[in-house]
Parts: sequence; structure tokens; C-alpha cells
Amino acid sequence: MTAYEPKVECLLRLGDTALVLGHRLSEWCAHAPVLEEDLALSNTALDLLGQSRRWLTYAGELEGKGRDEDDLAFKRDTHEYRNVLLVEQDNGNYADTLARQFYFDVWHQLVLQHLTSSGDKRVAETARQALTEVTYHVRRSSDLVIRLGDGSEESRRRMQAAIDEFWIFTGELFEVDEADQAMIGEGVMGDVRLLKDAWCARVTEVIQQAQLRLPPASAMRSGGRRGVHSELLGYLLAEMQFLPRAYPNTKW
Amino acid sequence: MSELPLWEVFIRSQHGLAHKHVGSLHASDAQMAMAHARDVYTRRNEGVSIWLVRSADITASAPGDKDALFDPSNDKVYRHPSFFPMPEEIKHL
Repeated sequence: MTAYEPKVECLLRLGDTALVLGHRLSEWCAHAPVLEEDLALSNTALDLLGQSRRWLTYAGELEGKGRDEDDLAFKRDTHEYRNVLLVEQDNGNYADTLARQFYFDVWHQLVLQHLTSSGDKRVAETARQALTEVTYHVRRSSDLVIRLGDGSEESRRRMQAAIDEFWIFTGELFEVDEADQAMIGEGVMGDVRLLKDAWCARVTEVIQQAQLRLPPASAMRSGGRRGVHSELLGYLLAEMQFLPRAYPNTKW
Repeated sequence: MSELPLWEVFIRSQHGLAHKHVGSLHASDAQMAMAHARDVYTRRNEGVSIWLVRSADITASAPGDKDALFDPSNDKVYRHPSFFPMPEEIKHL
């Protein structure tokens, strides 16, 4: 396993998570059920890509090996990626994509709100910039979960299945390891464990409003933040990294 | 989702200007229409305000009535305020 300095590690976790989810959403481009949703997902994908660029650029600078955002995005292999497992899961059907997005967006907003008071000015500023975008994301995905959950018989069934399916990946969102501890100690990152109650409350509220039932308690899966990924990330990176790996240093 | 109602979208590009029709979209209600209008029509910083109207709520003139409605004004040039010099600095008239 590749080891990074704690601060680089934490920045990569933020950047990789945004990058991988942005790529997943971009896979819907030209395939979404309606034109309006197609553009909305592409907008969200671009927001996340922009955010990941800022995190990765900062991580590259601190790492001090001369790697820029592109080097980090395109020249690292799966075990060097630090995204949470939730965001590398396949798009599935539209309910799957929305359930994944909903769990993520609620968490993302809480984390960014927390980071706006980071002792590291650059982290605080990056979080503040991202927050306006994410405020819209969470409103959108919550609204659609409610519409589909409280919709037709089929949309309800699919939304419930999706909410249940992705639940096992939500535990990892609130894990804290030594790298996190170090950054919490320095006042750079926030303690995500403190956000869990707020996350659960918000998620429960939306799920109930959607006339769905909460997923049953189950064993959580984690590892992505340590570089231990499912094979899904390998396929994703193979596609995302193909061009710069096949044609190094190519330009538009 | 083609059975969803059609909405007409109007965007005000900057303060002081009128809302202008930019296109249409499908949505089940006003809230969804607003989200879609934002995502489809303001991606390139086009506006500061959105108006939405259900297409079904618009009363339009019939194309067949064109002559009766509009022809009579064709030859009445004196109705145009074009015989006054306008100051340069007045825009958007």
C-alpha cells in the first residue's frame, strides 16, 4: 500500500471521491432517461470534477514530487486511489444512481460545512467554493428520491431496492483513522464522526417523506479510503485513464 | 416521461431587462420545472431570474388570424415614434 503524508492522504480522499463520482455521473451523459436529467447529471459531474481539481492540485503541491492534478488523476493505479467505496459503485438503474448520490450529497454538504472553518485557509476556501454547488446537489437528489419513492409502484420498488443496496457503503463515510486523527489534531480537517447524527437525521427524514422504509442494519463495507477497492474502480480507471496512458503528454 | 406537462421557460439575463422566452421543458410540477430550467437553460451563466409558465396556460393567436390581426397596422407608419431623435445613452428601447 502506498503511504502518503497525513495531509496529502486526507486531501486525496476528498479529491478522489469527487473525481470518481464525477466520472460515474459522466457515464450517464447522452444515456439518461430524459434530456433534462441528462443535463442535470452532467452539470453535477462537472461541479465534482472542478472540486476534485482543486483538492488534487493542493495535494500534489504538498506531496512535493512535482505531480499536478493530471498526474494524480491519470497516473495512479487503483491501490493509490483514496475514494470511498460508495462512489465507485456502478450506476445501475436511475434509482441506484440517485440513491448513491443522495447518501453522498447529504454527507458531502455536512463535511464541506465543517471544513469551511478549517484552520488551513486553502481548505476552508475550497470548501466554501464547493458548498454552493453541493447545496444544490443535495436539494436535487433529495427531491428525486422523494418523487420516485412516493411515485408509482415500480418507482417505489426500485427506489427502495437502491436505498437498501447502497446502505452498506455509508459506514465508511464516518470512519476516522490515524491520518484523519492527525489532521483533526492540527485543526485542518473535521471529525466526521460528529456529523453522523446529523446525516442520519436528514437521510431518515427524506426516506420517510418518500414513503420508504429505512434499510435494515447490516455489516458495513469499507476500504476505499485506504486504497482497498472493488474491481469496479479498475474498470472505471481503465476508461478514464486510457487516453493519457496510451498517448502520454498529448494535447488538444 | 413524454406525458409530463410542457413548460415554457423565460430568463432575465440581467437586472433591468425583461424576461425573454428561451425554450421549453417537461416537468410534473413547478418545483421540478424550476430545477430543470436551472439545469438546462442557465448552465452558461445566462440569467439572474427564471419565470415558468405551463404551455397549456398560454393563449396564443391563431396563425389563420394573421391578416386580420396584423395587416391593418402595416400602412400606418405615423404610429411609430420614429420621428424623434433619441439620446444615444438610452438603451434597450
